[in-house]
Amino acid sequence: MSQNVLKVEDVTMQFGGVVAVNNLSMEVNEGEIVALIGPNGAGKTTAFNVISGVYAPTNGRVSFMDKPMVENHPKGKMRRIYHGEKDGVYKQSISKTPDQITKLGIARTFQNIRLFKSLTVFDNVLIATHMRSKANVFSAAFRTNAAEEKANRQKTSRLLEMVGLSDEQGEISTSLPYGKQRRLEIARALATEPKLLLLDEPAAGMNPQETLELAQFICQIKKDFQLTILVIEHHMDFVMEISDRIYVLDFGKLIAQGTPDEIQSNPHVISAYLGVQDDE
Amino acid sequence: MTASVLIQHFLTGISLGGAYALIAVGYTMVYGILRLINFAHGDIFMMSGYFMIFIMATFPWFLSIPVVLAFTVLLGVGIEKVAYAPLRSAPRMSVMISAIGVSYLLQNLATYLFTAIPRAYPEIPILKKIFHFGEITTSLVTILTPVLTIVLVILLMQLINHTKIGMAMRAVSKDTEASRLMGIKVNTTISMTFVLGSLLAGVGSILYFTDRMTVYPYSGSLPGLKCFVAAVLGGIGSIPGAVIGGFIIGICETFLVAMGYSMFSDAFTFLLLIVILLVRPTGLFGEAATDKV
Amino acid sequence: MKKHTGRDLVLSLLLAAAFAALLYYFQYDKAASHNYAVSILERSAIYAVVAVSMNLLNGFTGLFSLGQAGFMALGAYTTAILTIPTHVRQSVYYMNGIEPWLEKIHLPMVPAMIVGGLIAAGFAALIGIPVLRLKSDYLAIATLGFAEIIRALLASRPMDRITNGSYGLNNIPGFKSIYQVFGIAAVCIALMVLLINSSYGRAFKAIREDDVAAEAMGINLFRHKELSFVISSFFTGVGGGMLAVYMRSIDTKTFQVALTYNILLIVVLGGIGSVTGSIIGSLLINGGQEWLRFLDEPTTVPVLSSLFKPGFRMVVYSLLLMIVVLFWRSGIMGTKEFTWDGLFGLFSRKKKKTGGA
Repeated sequence: MSQNVLKVEDVTMQFGGVVAVNNLSMEVNEGEIVALIGPNGAGKTTAFNVISGVYAPTNGRVSFMDKPMVENHPKGKMRRIYHGEKDGVYKQSISKTPDQITKLGIARTFQNIRLFKSLTVFDNVLIATHMRSKANVFSAAFRTNAAEEKANRQKTSRLLEMVGLSDEQGEISTSLPYGKQRRLEIARALATEPKLLLLDEPAAGMNPQETLELAQFICQIKKDFQLTILVIEHHMDFVMEISDRIYVLDFGKLIAQGTPDEIQSNPHVISAYLGVQDDE
Repeated sequence: MTASVLIQHFLTGISLGGAYALIAVGYTMVYGILRLINFAHGDIFMMSGYFMIFIMATFPWFLSIPVVLAFTVLLGVGIEKVAYAPLRSAPRMSVMISAIGVSYLLQNLATYLFTAIPRAYPEIPILKKIFHFGEITTSLVTILTPVLTIVLVILLMQLINHTKIGMAMRAVSKDTEASRLMGIKVNTTISMTFVLGSLLAGVGSILYFTDRMTVYPYSGSLPGLKCFVAAVLGGIGSIPGAVIGGFIIGICETFLVAMGYSMFSDAFTFLLLIVILLVRPTGLFGEAATDKV
Repeated sequence: MKKHTGRDLVLSLLLAAAFAALLYYFQYDKAASHNYAVSILERSAIYAVVAVSMNLLNGFTGLFSLGQAGFMALGAYTTAILTIPTHVRQSVYYMNGIEPWLEKIHLPMVPAMIVGGLIAAGFAALIGIPVLRLKSDYLAIATLGFAEIIRALLASRPMDRITNGSYGLNNIPGFKSIYQVFGIAAVCIALMVLLINSSYGRAFKAIREDDVAAEAMGINLFRHKELSFVISSFFTGVGGGMLAVYMRSIDTKTFQVALTYNILLIVVLGGIGSVTGSIIGSLLINGGQEWLRFLDEPTTVPVLSSLFKPGFRMVVYSLLLMIVVLFWRSGIMGTKEFTWDGLFGLFSRKKKKTGGA
């Protein structure tokens, strides 16, 4: 029986009157690649932002390795709306900040690539090792942590080699072509030593050939780093190819879940999602 | 303190607060639209004071007031065009440094042209008219300031909520890029914001200096700081918030001075900023902004 | 690049030796013009410390503080109070007297500067907690307000018996030799460079580049911003202490906002994000301060005679700040550092140009 890594329970995220995520519950088990799909504006990225601590949800709980890390209950007017209508109104409020969540072992990439723009490829990855560093500001400044620093640099080199960016390590990150920037972002996330990796549209803007390579790459790093992966994606082929299970969101609501085969034959999904895709 | 003394101080307080409110509105509008702390705003207010001194030397007061306001607006918009508009796509820190540069330049220019010695602000006879209500003595400017402030702000709110340019201003402050795509002339809209902000600062300057009676090159810097805090207190971006913030600071300051703590009246504003940030960082009427990730 | 390290070390040592020799010559040959030059160099070194510490914050961490004058005032007053010899204190404080508990406390110069730096850092920590946790945008305005208030408080009546109020402090023992001021400045700047090149320095840069991504990489934003602000303020305080020792007498007028703006001009001119840029900027601005003195003095040149009068120099300075920001945003060095390779590259490029023409 595989262990439950991420558990999202009854998460609702409201911005003013807009319900971006409506009562979402999902689970990701150890060693799985799970995809979260849905048309534009379905609330996928918002769900990611709740999981990674950028937003505190209006209601609901997110647990990592069976420990709650984000939990919130509605306040004031929200409470009146919620009582009796929604499941699971949580009592306590926990909101770990994104850095604390990363420290627990969840790393992420961003939909619209967020690299440290004017820094080198090498520094981009090296910065992500800072969190696990035990040095305080004095030992870092006076270089009494030289051994650790050296280890971090070696780790960075190794990661860059793995993602195939060794030759570009001295270049400014934004000078890389798009596909390599995506890989760099993944390498940077891996440098934080995650158990769970969140990928936000990693194949966006890639051609079919690049997408295929990316799929292989993701399966490879999953194996090499013993990762569990939650991925948001638009490319159906890509999703069907790599994922073990799929959740489908539409207008913030979960409309289907299951294996790729089940999803492909689900009529709700076909009308809500695949129908929309034809227009794009 | 007897009741009449209390009322006297209260009148002074809301009068000062009214002038602060008018300046604070300029800060809050510019921050709302450009996310810029317009460090030069307080100095525009100071320059407006000097304009009055020189223009009143030749013209009667009823002509001087519109001329001074026109010059103040020109100065405000000119600064936007020269110092902020070219940096639209630059990092925010550059714009901030540019704003500080303008503030520094205006202060130095005023020192250079008019010397650091305080100059007497001309008396506008009608504003200085004295009224007696029982034991309370007050001049017209003291009563006029809060009234005028509220009238002007109501007009401003009407403009922002019910005219095309007002709608454009709201749109640009929500999302500059989307507004541009929707065909809104972003630069014109931003200039309009500076026109309104400077106009109110000009009015505030007349009311404030008529009360204070002197102008010197640094008379804009501390009031400027306080008015920014007033805008933060009210919730940055919110015009009614800035007005209420201005009144609160004006009244508190007056009472602190009256109680003999004049030394701490400036420190109070600063403490207030810290307390707001601790207790309610969005200010009284502000809403939390969520950055898109 | 690597093969030049030996050469670079030799060149750097030579430069340092040449500078020391120059100083030695200035000291040996006691001509008045040399005193003048030394004084400018000393002032430049002190401003460089403060400029680099400002750069640490706004160039490397992307935060904007305008409290330099206030933190310098704290450092300067602390250093002055602690180093004025006990036997002259009665005469320094002749107007109001001195607090009895303070009368016997005396420290040597360097520890006094460190205490001054620590006091500045302590105030920075207190301001940072609310401001940096929630709205880093407001740091500029909060520190600007703080600096003004500190200045008013130092000159206020209740502080008379500690700071000597509006009379200021004098009889501060000066630097024992000119090497002392450059030595302290070099140590301070070296410490900051070490920090910038450490993993903490990289984390600061990450915050500057993209705070959302930095936080997602496990960097605690508040802790690192606060750290940068406190360290920056510490060195600003030490710089203030150095200024007090250099000037030998201080009052609160020294620490007006104009001081902060001058430091800002140095940082912007040198290049936001470049340590060597700040040092070069400091030399230029402090040198310029003297060379441009003629702007403040009446002249007989026809057109300029109406222009040159007291205050014109400051107008020129503030115009310079604006011109740099508007038309030359990278400043002299941009975010690059001075390297010997860069210098030789400059020459060889020039040679190529002339060769081609």
